[in-house]
Amino acid sequence: MSGVTATGTEKDFAYDKVETLLQEFTGKKGVTVPVLQKIQEEFGYLPRPAMEYVAKRLRIPISKIFGVATFYAQFHLHPRGRNIIRVCRGTACHVRGVSKVAEKIQEILGIGVGETTEDLNFTYEEVACIGACGLAPVMTINDKTYGKLASNKLKGILKKY
Amino acid sequence: MYERHILICAGTGCISSGTISVKDALENELKKHNLQDKVRIILSGCHGFCEKGPIFIVYPEDIFYCEVQAEDVPELVEEYLIKGNVVERLLYKDPTTDMAITSHDEIPFYSRQKRQVLRNCGVIDPESIDEYIIRGGYVGLENALKMDRMGIINEVKSSGLRGRGGAGFPTGMKWEFAYRSPGDKKYVVCNADEGDPGAFMDRSVLEGDPHAVLEGLIIAGLAIGSDEAYIYVRAEYPLAIQRLKTAITQAEEYGVLGENILNSGANFKINIKEGAGAFVCGEETALLASIEGERGMPRPRPPFPAVKGLWEKPTCINNVETLANIPLILRKGAAWYSTVGTESSKGTKIFALTGKVNNTGLCEVPMGISLREIVFDIGGGIRDGKKYKAVQIGGPSGGCIPEDLLDLPVDFDSLTAAGAMMGSGGMVVMDEDTCMVDLARYFLSFTQSESCGKCTPCREGTKRMLEILQRITKGKGEPEDIPRLEQLAAAVKDSSLCGLGQTAPNPVLTTLRYFRDEYEAHIFDRRCPAGVCKELLSYYIDSELCTGCRACVRVCPTDAISGERKEPHTIDETKCISCGACFDRCRFDAVKTK
Repeated sequence: MSGVTATGTEKDFAYDKVETLLQEFTGKKGVTVPVLQKIQEEFGYLPRPAMEYVAKRLRIPISKIFGVATFYAQFHLHPRGRNIIRVCRGTACHVRGVSKVAEKIQEILGIGVGETTEDLNFTYEEVACIGACGLAPVMTINDKTYGKLASNKLKGILKKY
Repeated sequence: MYERHILICAGTGCISSGTISVKDALENELKKHNLQDKVRIILSGCHGFCEKGPIFIVYPEDIFYCEVQAEDVPELVEEYLIKGNVVERLLYKDPTTDMAITSHDEIPFYSRQKRQVLRNCGVIDPESIDEYIIRGGYVGLENALKMDRMGIINEVKSSGLRGRGGAGFPTGMKWEFAYRSPGDKKYVVCNADEGDPGAFMDRSVLEGDPHAVLEGLIIAGLAIGSDEAYIYVRAEYPLAIQRLKTAITQAEEYGVLGENILNSGANFKINIKEGAGAFVCGEETALLASIEGERGMPRPRPPFPAVKGLWEKPTCINNVETLANIPLILRKGAAWYSTVGTESSKGTKIFALTGKVNNTGLCEVPMGISLREIVFDIGGGIRDGKKYKAVQIGGPSGGCIPEDLLDLPVDFDSLTAAGAMMGSGGMVVMDEDTCMVDLARYFLSFTQSESCGKCTPCREGTKRMLEILQRITKGKGEPEDIPRLEQLAAAVKDSSLCGLGQTAPNPVLTTLRYFRDEYEAHIFDRRCPAGVCKELLSYYIDSELCTGCRACVRVCPTDAISGERKEPHTIDETKCISCGACFDRCRFDAVKTK
């Protein structure tokens, strides 16, 4: 559990930040998911040293932390782009032709599902349902929702980021 | 004293269509005309008519404006608020008669509904507990505090309320099990992990009327003898989470939540847990594992959560919509509640009506209404004058209902008999352009990727079924594939551990039952009748429509298109790989499929 990680050596890692995040959870049970959510909010993903630190502090095996981190779609083990694109693959969007929109975005950005552009500007993801089915096909970029999409609108939207 | 109230919808749909800039523009414009003390702006919950957002209603006259944008605001203020002339171009127009309608009660989308659970959504400010109370809020709780536990449970039992999350288990019975389970500590859990693609009613209730859910939870706690609840809500619903948090703080300030509720001596605490994105967590035992901080995997039942639930304590789990029904039952009584609905399904159900219908959005209807009324009266029929093919009900666990069953009454038992299920209430309408095999493949790919992997039938079975469906949609189906699918479906249904696997084959089974000819066309004729499955399409150019612009020639990757400039082009079928690039490129709709 030591050595070089994606973000550098463990020495460089900002353990104090993780320690601060852990404060509000002392003495509570069932905290693995919310702790990982806080870490991801802070770092944008789950750095390995942070997970190792949490394991030690909460006395939970690292394998268990890793198991939880890989189970839920929300958690990411690698750094992600500044702007997160989430294209809805829900039923309503499917029926109203989101597939073409999805293909077009991947073509414009030159990346596939779950990938990040080299300049770390965009990460492209697909999600089950955003719950804005009335506006299908839909995507979100960060917290903003774009509805009634068509392939020819995409370049204009992406340019804003 | 305000002379007018303007409600602007601040549901997720309308916000993405521009509510906030409309509100800002309105504030500016009101100031400009010195009307800010006469007109009050309220950001309301979801009105359900998301397609036509942002929705902008002026009271007391009840004028319903839709698709209002910031640049329309000066005209609305000047013409309507000041001069009193209705701005006709922003009214709703009936898609069949093209007549403008001013009041929202007259719009067929609303007039055919029975909005009981959604009574406050879009009417009150969801961030104000006072507005909830004025509309009869927390009266149900007061009544419950005067009753003993079995009294509350009996009231819910005799109302006939059944769980709105999917399976339709009688709510009162569920409460009684949890009440009768011995234990010093019990929990109530609200399942707000709305994961069905195509369903968003729970989100709208949480965003538009959060106190109704809190009140339902508190009453459930009183009934089973619990003092602590968890709301497990998707992290993808940030607005719902924020509104719940606001509502909890307000309820604590008003003494309807926390220590010594309304001086009754009862205590109740509500915690919010954010889900982390796993469909299987909608299954109750998986949800509990997730709250406990584990991987959200289900476990065998029994023991049921009512006996051994959260941290091994007796736990009662109800869905958002179920809980939002509770305050009504306790306020107006079981006898009143059970007047609506059918013999075995009482009350109303909220559906998320989406897909190829004219009016998409949320609608609440009495149980027992026919599908035809929902699709054609409330939904306004199929878009672009196309033909109805099927409606998919119940999400990935449900099934497709064909045209000859359109008069089926919508209740728990009729839908199950037809091979679909009520599910959480997603209702996706499909027209002749939807390929049913592709749809089955779509649902299977969803359930397959969401299968948690704990039990073999679901993990392996859905994978093999998906492979077969992929093969069929690619034109490589084999004659034995249909019996193979049926055999696998039966095995997965019978032997999976939880509801996810047990219902995952439903979309395949219902499409096989009602649209078998489409499967056969794919397998035997290598043809996709709806023209969706790319590999099975062949393209040709309509010489009447082709202008000879050569745009398709330039995008064709295999040089299959030839023709002189300004002369109709042709596609060489031997070279064409059916990629569809020419189809997408053509500005004259001259590229056709067959």
